[in-house]
Amino acid sequence: MRHLLSTKDLSYDEALTILDTADQMAAVGQRSVKKLPALRGRTVVNLFFEDSTRTRISFESAAKRLSADVLNFSAKGSSVSKGESLKDTAQTLAAMSADAVVIRHSASGSPQQLAESGWIDAAVVNAGDGTHEHPTQALLDAMTLRQHRARTEGRAGTRGLDLEGMHVVIVGDVLHSRVARSDLWLLTALGARVTFVAPPTLLPVGIADWPCEVVFSLDEALDPAPDAVMMLRVQRERMNAAFFPTAQEYAREWGLTPERVAALDAAGATTAIMHPGPMNRGLEISSAAADSPRSTVLDQVRNGVSVRMSVLYLLLSGDDLDTPSDPAHPQER
Amino acid sequence: MNDDTSTAGPPTGPATARVILSAADIDRALTRIAHEILESNKGSSDLVLLGIPRRGYPLAQRIAEKIAATDPDFDPAASTGQLDVTMFRDDLRKNPARTPQPTRIPVQGIDGRTVVLVDDVLYSGRTVRAALDALVDVGRPRVVRLAVLVDRGHRELPIRADHVGKNLPTSSQEKVRVRLAETDPDPRAAEHADCVVIEAPARAAGA
Repeated sequence: MRHLLSTKDLSYDEALTILDTADQMAAVGQRSVKKLPALRGRTVVNLFFEDSTRTRISFESAAKRLSADVLNFSAKGSSVSKGESLKDTAQTLAAMSADAVVIRHSASGSPQQLAESGWIDAAVVNAGDGTHEHPTQALLDAMTLRQHRARTEGRAGTRGLDLEGMHVVIVGDVLHSRVARSDLWLLTALGARVTFVAPPTLLPVGIADWPCEVVFSLDEALDPAPDAVMMLRVQRERMNAAFFPTAQEYAREWGLTPERVAALDAAGATTAIMHPGPMNRGLEISSAAADSPRSTVLDQVRNGVSVRMSVLYLLLSGDDLDTPSDPAHPQER
Repeated sequence: MNDDTSTAGPPTGPATARVILSAADIDRALTRIAHEILESNKGSSDLVLLGIPRRGYPLAQRIAEKIAATDPDFDPAASTGQLDVTMFRDDLRKNPARTPQPTRIPVQGIDGRTVVLVDDVLYSGRTVRAALDALVDVGRPRVVRLAVLVDRGHRELPIRADHVGKNLPTSSQEKVRVRLAETDPDPRAAEHADCVVIEAPARAAGA
């Protein structure tokens, strides 16, 4: 694995390696010394052309826990606002010898452009590009689902566990959501069944070809209760067209209301409530749902750091494989 | 030791493989190591055995059982753990990434106690150096000692073992494989359920 651009490219084995490694990274967070020396002397650049707090902080803390040096770059207050191109920005960073570039950009495909154009030599991690993909979010969702599965099935550990047979319902703005896309590819690769629930106006063209079921009614999707229901954020910044009549109607039809949570409780379901954050309370998710014991929102944030540590570690170790190693010990050391 | 390189077939597979220690030999060596540990620690108080994944951990468990057989005050389950050293290695940039193994430290911790690191093969000493670094992040033991099943020489760092099952002079071209029933379940003859094997390098044709 050289870059992490999309979960569509991840094989089953690669995904499980990332998750198994992330489990061990999570254990570091429990220790008194919350730091590993694995990336000492390496430089990770956070290149954020789009606003983000939690993803950037999560990547920053992941890189710091691995002892890497972190440079934060956001488009606001940088030369990008003076009209510098992605290529020039990237080459400037390469000249500062960055080993990994974490990029978020509003244009779908810009991480791929950065990885394949030969502008820079560093490993590229996609931290969200347009409406394309957000692979580390999908990986942290898979990690959370795996923990939920181990908990409900009474397993001791999650090592090597996949999502075979789990049913995940993803609700909301699938049209604009890169999280929904990344989740779909990764969760189905790991064996889960995915159902999308959305108003017809918020579904992309060509969804019929995706390996998922599409339902327009949330109540229908929640009966029988799935293993997890993930509420996507209503992206107000992208709602420049009228996709639904009013916020109240959206909340009533597609929001996780207290009544729907009560119905899950009455059915005795083990359904986990997930949200990638930041939450619009009262719109796609009610406070009753967000604060219920079913909610895994804070687990997701915690797992986010572990998954990103795992990805940075796996991308940056072994990258000197081309250089000749000690010929006396080609294998064992 | 590095676990990913030791996954080749059973000892009877390649013609150049020699069995050096059988299951009975390994058992005797571990019994002696257990007694040596008790002797040097003057008893079993404050003793913690930490195995280095993967084969060091089952060896640490076996040594703990043997210590418990001698000293009934010793609780093997509460005094044995596993210490993963993957993230502390000095060759992370040169080798493909490995999945780290869990680190399990006994609940009483290691502060002020005697920690015995247990591994299968001592070779360059780099794994042990990484283990010493990993240990610093867990706590501050009073003493750290090293027990290994096989010392094959070729040290690259000033590190030595306190308790050695077998000193095995080898050529650096050879490979020393430790196979344990817990970690290598591929079928073998009963007397070789656990064994130590030396594999000579395959000779290139015409060389």
